[in-house]
Amino acid sequence: MKRIKWIFGLAAMVVTALACTGGTKPGLAMSSGDKPANGVAVKIDNFSFGPANITIPAGTTITWTNNDDVPHVVTSDDNKMFKSKALDTDDHFSFTFTKPGTYRYYCAIHPKMTAKIVVQ
Amino acid sequence: MADFIRDNINKDGIDRRGFLQCMAWAGTGALYTMHGGILKSLPLMQGAASGMNMAKMKGADFSFIQISDSHIGFSKEANPDVTATLQIAVDRINSSAAPPDFLLHTGDISQLSKPSEFDTAEQVLKGAKAGRIFYVPGEHDVLTDDGKQYLDRFGKDTKGKGWYSFDHKGAHFIGLVNVVDLKAGGLGSLGSDQLKWLQDDVRNLKSSTPVIVFAHIPLWAVYPEWGWGTDDSEQALGYLKRFGSVSVLNGHIHQIMQKVEGNVTFHTALSTAFPQPIPGTAPSPGPMKVPADHLRNVLGISHVNYVQGAHSLAIVDSPLA
Repeated sequence: MKRIKWIFGLAAMVVTALACTGGTKPGLAMSSGDKPANGVAVKIDNFSFGPANITIPAGTTITWTNNDDVPHVVTSDDNKMFKSKALDTDDHFSFTFTKPGTYRYYCAIHPKMTAKIVVQ
Repeated sequence: MADFIRDNINKDGIDRRGFLQCMAWAGTGALYTMHGGILKSLPLMQGAASGMNMAKMKGADFSFIQISDSHIGFSKEANPDVTATLQIAVDRINSSAAPPDFLLHTGDISQLSKPSEFDTAEQVLKGAKAGRIFYVPGEHDVLTDDGKQYLDRFGKDTKGKGWYSFDHKGAHFIGLVNVVDLKAGGLGSLGSDQLKWLQDDVRNLKSSTPVIVFAHIPLWAVYPEWGWGTDDSEQALGYLKRFGSVSVLNGHIHQIMQKVEGNVTFHTALSTAFPQPIPGTAPSPGPMKVPADHLRNVLGISHVNYVQGAHSLAIVDSPLA
């Protein structure tokens, strides 16, 4: 039983990896036109970022996908480093973190939504 | 709700017992009357046809309508045609026995601040038989250009990010903006510039002046866990403490709620687009899906009647059903 769960977990990870490296719609808010080579996906579900805390190596591209029926705006706490357009349902936004540090971010229109990325 | 009911202070024939009786036979709308800062509430039959409602209408010095959260551009399952339900709201306004002096739109006109969404909203609202429409922005209206587009279209002659005040037949109306420059982890925010303006704006008003404040996000802590409140609303309300009658009208939460605190009555309006869940009853405040034939029961507009002297503000929430 444990093994089955583990396999399902692995399958889910593969799907997640596919989701974040492929299927970027044209015209959406990507930081560059490239597909992220070292991609990590963050999902927006029910007014929260998931996972809310991530540790990644420098050079990793995070791609946020909005699964909610309402728009969200992914914004760094300093309002300068990164800020997405209003992401409608299924829209993506990507940003590549090149320097180590702790980066807190929130949704500019639902500021109760907060999360953190640690870049090593 | 029963906590808000008081005795028959103004001898208007509506006491607690009457209220409860009405509760038994109505249930789709609500009539709120305010007497000297005390809010009374009675549900109202759809169609605004109840005797109690008509009694309240009589003798009103003027009336206006609050409309909120049109979300033009939204097309998800909760309501695939928000333009149609906004049109029904306008039709409802136009079928009022007495035309309102004006409309207040308490924000989220659009879903994504798109020009086409604002165009559609303006086009539909233009059909309302009302003197003019006063707006305040919702967070959905300021998603691009730091709200410039909203200001160009709806915020001419306003201050700062779109706040302003005006007087109408002895009452002072204040439109506030609490959806911009929000801080990570926080709630709605008015900001120091707006607060300073507000303090100056009411400085020379007589304390007997009825004050009606309208803003998108509630100016009271409805449910901070979902962001339903405004961080610096206490300070704003502090400037209004000396006034004998203050009414605060908000949108944002897509459901009717009311609260009385001293001389301040808070009221939130229904949306014309989709309902949102009762605080804490869902994983998030996202749009609530209801059966299609029930949707119009949970959308609506608010008719507000003002009676000078009696300091009476009667708010009638009518569903679109």
